[in-house]
Amino acid sequence: MATEPTIRVEALSKRYRIGARERRAGTLREFLVKTAASPFDYLRTALRAATGEETLWALRDVSFEVGRGEVVGIVGPNGAGKSTLLKILSRITEPTGGRAVLHGRVSSLLEVGTGFHRELTGSDNVYLNGAILGMRRREIAAKFDEIVAFSGLETFMDTPVKRYSSGMYMRLAFAVAAHLEPEILLVDEVLAVGDAQFRKKCIGKMGEVAQGGRTVLFVSHNMGVIRDLCPKCLWIDRGRIVRHGASADVIRDYLETLEDTAAEACRRFAENPEHDFQILEARIVDRQGKICERHDCDEPVSLEIACRLRRPVSNLIGYLEVTGLDGTTVLLSESRDQPPNALNAAPLGDSLLRITLPARTLGPTEYRLHLRFTCAQGFSVHSPGFVGILRLEDHRTLRGNQRSGFFSTLLPWEFW
Amino acid sequence: MDYPDQAPDALPAAADIATLTIQPTRGWGHLGLADLWRYRELLWFWTTREIKGRYRQMALGPLWVIIKPLLDMVVFTLVFGGLAKLDSEGVPYPLFTYAAIVPWTFFSNAATGSATSLVTKMAVISKVYFPRLIVPISAVLAGLVDLAVTSAVLVIMLVAYGVALSPLALLLPFYVLLAMATALAIGLWSASLAVRFRDLQFVINYGLQLAMYVTPVAYSATLVPERWQTLYRLNPMFWVVEGSRWALLGKGTPPEPLMLVPILAVGLLLVAGAFVFRRSERTVVDLL
Repeated sequence: MATEPTIRVEALSKRYRIGARERRAGTLREFLVKTAASPFDYLRTALRAATGEETLWALRDVSFEVGRGEVVGIVGPNGAGKSTLLKILSRITEPTGGRAVLHGRVSSLLEVGTGFHRELTGSDNVYLNGAILGMRRREIAAKFDEIVAFSGLETFMDTPVKRYSSGMYMRLAFAVAAHLEPEILLVDEVLAVGDAQFRKKCIGKMGEVAQGGRTVLFVSHNMGVIRDLCPKCLWIDRGRIVRHGASADVIRDYLETLEDTAAEACRRFAENPEHDFQILEARIVDRQGKICERHDCDEPVSLEIACRLRRPVSNLIGYLEVTGLDGTTVLLSESRDQPPNALNAAPLGDSLLRITLPARTLGPTEYRLHLRFTCAQGFSVHSPGFVGILRLEDHRTLRGNQRSGFFSTLLPWEFW
Repeated sequence: MDYPDQAPDALPAAADIATLTIQPTRGWGHLGLADLWRYRELLWFWTTREIKGRYRQMALGPLWVIIKPLLDMVVFTLVFGGLAKLDSEGVPYPLFTYAAIVPWTFFSNAATGSATSLVTKMAVISKVYFPRLIVPISAVLAGLVDLAVTSAVLVIMLVAYGVALSPLALLLPFYVLLAMATALAIGLWSASLAVRFRDLQFVINYGLQLAMYVTPVAYSATLVPERWQTLYRLNPMFWVVEGSRWALLGKGTPPEPLMLVPILAVGLLLVAGAFVFRRSERTVVDLL
């Protein structure tokens, strides 16, 4: 058993069925015919086998092994298959082919607040959540105080969780999952919510979990966290493994390809009618609204976002994260930072949103911009993730682009 | 596949660690009853959560559970007893029909609840693993509390009308079980279909409404012509409703050998439904 890896994945594949593109009706006659036929069309497509163009391989022949006590980060662009992999390993959906052999109890934390009942109190939800994750009542009772202490929510345990903030949801959810003592812990991008201090605590806990001989698979877009936490890293793109190796190397190569594909300062995003809110385009523009590859530190720079609100979302909150080349978060801005939250007034339909970075804020180097939208409870509404690269240059000072440090703010030097 | 209890921060010896193999299931697979048993506590939590959560923030709270069947009783009494002057086998009409409304309401809520359970629980199902069978089963179990409340009203009515309970009332749990099995069979067959075809919800609601009129809830079974009686009695809910009347009021229909046919049919449909459900649960998340 000593040589047997904790997770062995062999040629794992998952095929999804996606709808074929529909032809739009041109005339009223066509429209009527189509409408009348649509129930039959739906039945026909739902019942027959999918054709080639309707299928999407979210994972294709993925094989890897993870040993006992290893912490492996999973990186890759959106839609690469990272979440599908975790979903299969946590038995939420079945693979189409291949197999995975796991030794030990698996616990997964794929989204904040999963399985929480809004009307029930914090302590009720601890039991409920523990049971969903496969814990026995005795086990939960034995760990209850520890869980509550870790979450730091002692005074809120009798409050219905619908009164919780997104950070509080996240604290409680993570506290339960981390205390489950699983042999294998699967975590998907949940640490993005919550304050920095608690994030640190979670990362510490995950490290502890790993030191106890447990195995952790961790998906994140935050390269800084992955590098700090995971010695090894798995890079997935378009359903296949690109590289599996030491985190520092994998992350460096991965970030390089990101730059190649995202050099343009204007990115479009596919429409998805299932999203209540989504962004259609993100552009990095100067003061005149012109899309530029490079920007001057002495000018304000704006991120212009063309977005669409299909159905009202109560308390929509936007997050803009500016990260450095190494993945460190340089700046985090939330739409509710300065009340009122601008997104509360988002009009139905298409609109333009602008976030402006004042002149002389960040140092003259390159940054990656990431966007995320949640509702008040912290549930994801839309997570486009990486939206563009911001290049800042300093043309005014003598030091110019050689200036190191995070900021380009010019400080007054004066005798008095 | 049971996990040993362990002291905090102590890993079980390697040999004790459960091994899980994930691969595509071919054919019909199995019911996974062992897994279901391992998660029995979740079934309990889930059911109580349904019940607790349902009545929060309602002005009248659990009162709604009684209001609807009582209104049904008033309507049936006025329309069938008052206007149509139908026979109620010598029992006061309100009591006669309410004794049937109680099991019927339980059955009908349980059937709709479990049939739509996968759709309403999608958010959880797509994020965590647990035996999916728990979802429709807990939807049926959650109705038991409502049943207890409506039955309490029935007892009050029996007392008010001066009807004494006979030892036959001890047979009632059997009829409740039959109603649960029928509801769960319907739920299992339709739950996974309802994810693919959301229209099914309307079909089920309407179907149950029709079914209520094919079952002697609002009227007496004696009104159905003799030549139709055999066919009429193949409906498992006929036996539930008539059996409840028989056990409580001494009227209705006592058990007969013919009753075994629908019972066997329900049993078969239940097992087959569980297999169908298990088969479709593998990919149900992908259909979102």
